[in-house]
Amino acid sequence: MRRFVFLLFALFATAATAADAPLLPVYPEVRPGVALAFPRDHGTHPDFRTEWWYITGWLKTPDGRDLGFQVTFFRSRPSVDQRNPSAFAPKQILFAHAALSDPAVGHLLHDQRAARAGFGLASASETDADIRIDDWSLTRRADGSFAAKTGGAEFALDLNIKATQEILLQGDEGYSQKGPDPAQASHYYSLPHLTVTGSLKRGRSSVAVTGSAWMDREWSSTLLDPRAVGWDWLGINLDDGGALMAFQIRDASGAPIWAGGSLRHGDGAVERFAHEDVRFATRRQWRSPRTGAAYPVERDLSVDLASGPRQWRITPLFDDQELDSRRAGGPVYWEGAVRTEGGHGYLELTGYLQPLKL
Amino acid sequence: MTDAGAISRQAMRWMIFGEWRAYPGRVIVTAIVIAVGVALGFAVHLINASALNEFARAIRTVNGDADLQVQSTTPLGFDEALYPTLARLEGIAGASPVFEMQARLAGTRGNGGPDNGMTLLGIDIFRAANVTPSLLGQSAGSSDPFDPSAIFLSQAALDVAHLAIGDSIVLDVGGRTGSYVIAGTLPAAAEGQRLAVLDIAEAQWRFGRLGRLHRVDLKLANGVDAARVRDAISKVLPAGAEISDAESEAQRGDGLSRAYRVNLDMLALVALLSGAFLVYSAQSLSVARRRPQFALLRVLGVRRRALVLQVVIEGGVVGLIGAISGLALGFALAQGALRLLGGDLGAGYFNGATPELAVTPGAGAVFLVLGLAAALAGSALPAMEAARAQPAVALKNLGDTTDPNTVPDSRAAIVLLATGVGAALMPAINELPLFGYLSIGLLLAGGIAGMPLLARLLLAPLQRRAGLALPLDLALKRLWGAPSQAAIALCGIVASTSLVIAMAVMVSSFRGSVEDWLTAVLPSDLYLRIEGGSNGGIPPDVQQAMATATGLAEIHFGKVSPILLSPNRPQVGLVARDMDLANPERSLALLGRSLPVPQGATPIWLSEAAMRLYKQRPGDLMTLPLATTNGAPAPRFFIAGEWRDYGRQHGAIAMDNRDYTRLTGDVLRNEGAITLAPGARAEDVAAALRAKAPPNLAQRFFFIEPREIRASALRVFDRSFTVTYLLEAIALLVGLAGVAASFSAQTLARTKEFGMLRHIGVKKRQITLMLVGEGALLGIVGVTAGIGLGIAISQVLIHVVNPQSFHWTMDTKLPFELFAIVIVALVVAASGTALLAGRRALGIDAVRAVREDW
Repeated sequence: MRRFVFLLFALFATAATAADAPLLPVYPEVRPGVALAFPRDHGTHPDFRTEWWYITGWLKTPDGRDLGFQVTFFRSRPSVDQRNPSAFAPKQILFAHAALSDPAVGHLLHDQRAARAGFGLASASETDADIRIDDWSLTRRADGSFAAKTGGAEFALDLNIKATQEILLQGDEGYSQKGPDPAQASHYYSLPHLTVTGSLKRGRSSVAVTGSAWMDREWSSTLLDPRAVGWDWLGINLDDGGALMAFQIRDASGAPIWAGGSLRHGDGAVERFAHEDVRFATRRQWRSPRTGAAYPVERDLSVDLASGPRQWRITPLFDDQELDSRRAGGPVYWEGAVRTEGGHGYLELTGYLQPLKL
Repeated sequence: MTDAGAISRQAMRWMIFGEWRAYPGRVIVTAIVIAVGVALGFAVHLINASALNEFARAIRTVNGDADLQVQSTTPLGFDEALYPTLARLEGIAGASPVFEMQARLAGTRGNGGPDNGMTLLGIDIFRAANVTPSLLGQSAGSSDPFDPSAIFLSQAALDVAHLAIGDSIVLDVGGRTGSYVIAGTLPAAAEGQRLAVLDIAEAQWRFGRLGRLHRVDLKLANGVDAARVRDAISKVLPAGAEISDAESEAQRGDGLSRAYRVNLDMLALVALLSGAFLVYSAQSLSVARRRPQFALLRVLGVRRRALVLQVVIEGGVVGLIGAISGLALGFALAQGALRLLGGDLGAGYFNGATPELAVTPGAGAVFLVLGLAAALAGSALPAMEAARAQPAVALKNLGDTTDPNTVPDSRAAIVLLATGVGAALMPAINELPLFGYLSIGLLLAGGIAGMPLLARLLLAPLQRRAGLALPLDLALKRLWGAPSQAAIALCGIVASTSLVIAMAVMVSSFRGSVEDWLTAVLPSDLYLRIEGGSNGGIPPDVQQAMATATGLAEIHFGKVSPILLSPNRPQVGLVARDMDLANPERSLALLGRSLPVPQGATPIWLSEAAMRLYKQRPGDLMTLPLATTNGAPAPRFFIAGEWRDYGRQHGAIAMDNRDYTRLTGDVLRNEGAITLAPGARAEDVAAALRAKAPPNLAQRFFFIEPREIRASALRVFDRSFTVTYLLEAIALLVGLAGVAASFSAQTLARTKEFGMLRHIGVKKRQITLMLVGEGALLGIVGVTAGIGLGIAISQVLIHVVNPQSFHWTMDTKLPFELFAIVIVALVVAASGTALLAGRRALGIDAVRAVREDW
């Protein structure tokens, strides 16, 4: 449930002002009961308004230091006149974003790519995961592993990502409701416990890294309730082989409009959380000296499991994992590596500086 | 000072100030002359620097801040498939496609009405954000980056459209219109630059050029070798696209007006040079008058060197004062000219932008030194001459020390004139006629050096005649007897007259040739032009419909579009028209014959400028970077002939309509030459033609009759020569001031002579008449020599300077009215000042005057 996308929603909502009634795209609605099929559903779903491939995880450097990383590819279908025959017509837009959390740096390093699909410079396959923007790419190889290549002036990641577990379908067999209205939903599956090998280049020196990651795949046309101002998302790879995901969508008062998640136990049994099962509590806030926004970076996640209530205490790898992308036209948010007793993962906190306009 | 041979500092100060107190007018005139020269030079330089600054800044904003660009050579653009090819090249960190067109506000007529054109750029914001962030608009609120109706305007574009953010705007590009909402501004656009930016897909679709791009801006990866990237790019470039960068853009901007600017700079230096001659004449007279004073000092033991030093310091101080006030005057002049005439001084090279005055202290210093040098050189020569004189002779003799019977030495003059002619035959250096200017300087110097001899020759017929009236006879004898004094007085007149005449002959020849050419190239009854014509035009079906309009005997359609032959030169006009291939001279103002075209070759005709700039000759084969329809290599052409085209200084190439369409696939036409049926009226035919075209196209039709074209062309011509006329007028005034100064000085120095004449019975009135006669004679001699020398210099301007800097030739036409005006003005000024000065000299008591014999 990621901010870039919501930003795009906001941006594209204003289309349809052309003089001669433009032919605007018709976005399909996400409905339950649609069976997902692989590798087809690793590929893109261009009719839907938005879609992402979202990888977050922890890396270890040869000298044993922990780093957080995030590599994300987005696809968006703007509401533009579908009749425009120009090869530049922005019918599909691709974005990619990469960030590195290094406690030694003390803040995030990040970079991005954006392009309209076309000319062979930016493309997303409909048959398997194969998405490219210039020199950045995320592809699925014949052996089922993923290759992610991103890089910029400050750092470059070249990663091999291998699944060790089955695909985890979120929600109702991949239909994940995001609000009180059943139409507010996405197709959603996750790949937890991915093993990562590869290299991290910073400046001129390159080091080998290993680690574990989590990939989220979602596509949707209508995601958020109109009252929503922000959301929290958490994904944790548990040491016992379990996988924990929880999210909540907040209104202006900070109260949850909707929540959900799942826990796949080490033995493979999956528990899915209902809206009322999930509660995020704040233990400590960190106030950004740059933007003044206060983020609940230390949290207690409480979930009513079938076996009874269960709580995880979430602490960040370091506090300042805030990302200010306003200069690139994006929002201000916090997204960082977190740990809990018996697990490592990522936490995303959006809409804390100002409500996201929809 | 302990050296007995030197003048004490106090004595020197006393002598200089004494001289200045006695003759303040002369000091002031000398200082003014220097000031005017320096002011003109500095002002022209400042204006040029400011204009170029502005031009470079404007180029930078349109181009964003790309490291390198691939540009279309024609407005048709190149195939967009080049864009991904370039983006994938090694060493390229970013490639941003750009669709560039000239747009104007729809529903307005560009010509005649206010100019509201603007450059329209279609960009992909994602690519531009990486390569040319300065082209990104700043939106007022949150806006959709792909909203096809959103457009961003620079402040100047908003001003010219009288619109604000949030307003809607309808733009017309070559007859197609698009309506938009102004979403924000372009904060990085240069001041005064009219720029509009919108989405590239919308631009391609709306303005009907799908699949074409005009530019790809490139960003190089850090640390790559730009030369190697350029090599790699040039290997993938198709016909119709060329590499350029900020440097070649700047060069092109510079080339646009370089010759014009350098010519103005040179004219300013010439003004400074004639200033130096005036200083020379003033100082010579002052030294001549003080000859006994100097002789006395020499007798008292002062060394020659000290005397020379004194005169040079005198000149230097005056020069410095003149030069400093010249700098201030030049600054003010430049500011006024920029405001009134614009950065190109009215020549029309830089459109739309009024530049800020660029302050250049370095150039100021150079002009200060030049002014000072002129003054020093003008003083040093007479000072050395005075110092050479024998003290004993000089002490008694106030007049000319040369013997009237010896023929003046003319070897120096002959050498100078011969070298001047030789320099005129040299080729241009770096496309500038530097030797041409050297030749002008040498001819001027040679002419002045030959003045004593020339004065003798001109006066000889009068001298031999007996029975002249007494005053005239006296005047003649005086001039005959003192040739070097006469020459000194003359050199100022000759220098300024000859320069004024040379410029005037050149301008009148140019204007006359342009007039003749306009008559020759406009044989039809009526001409049709399309506003914003190079992007689009009249499609074939409309052309056919128009050909059936009533009252029409014949209509020939043509296309004129710019084509870029070399990235660091301005664009050349590509003219496609119905050529009479059997008789090309009927279609073009040919110079010489058109060559027979070999079998299978496609003929083109180059204008004089295109021939010279691209070093081609009739009979050569030439490749033109036309974007061909089928991706075929750039076609080669046979150069069949040369034609005269004053309309396009950077060259024009003519070809037949059929060849143009076959090669480019472009069937649209933006010009028409119309022959009326007998008895038909132009306005009726124009209306009939309009009725045959779709309204949005017809609205952009612009009909002109040849006489209107001629009038407007000459108006443009006169505007671009405004500054030249101004410089001429100033040179003439400086010349007159010089005449006045030398005459009054000479006359005042002759009080003793007048006293003597009174003693031997010559009446006051007769002396006055003698002076008037002297002045008139000198004026006539000076003006005759000046006109002769001026015509010689004008030939250098016409046959050397103009072809070398503007690449066209012209036929000499003499402006006789101006000759008459100059003759009358100078003769009247010379005799008038002689009269005034004489009155003052005669006012002194005759007896006292004769006694002034120490």
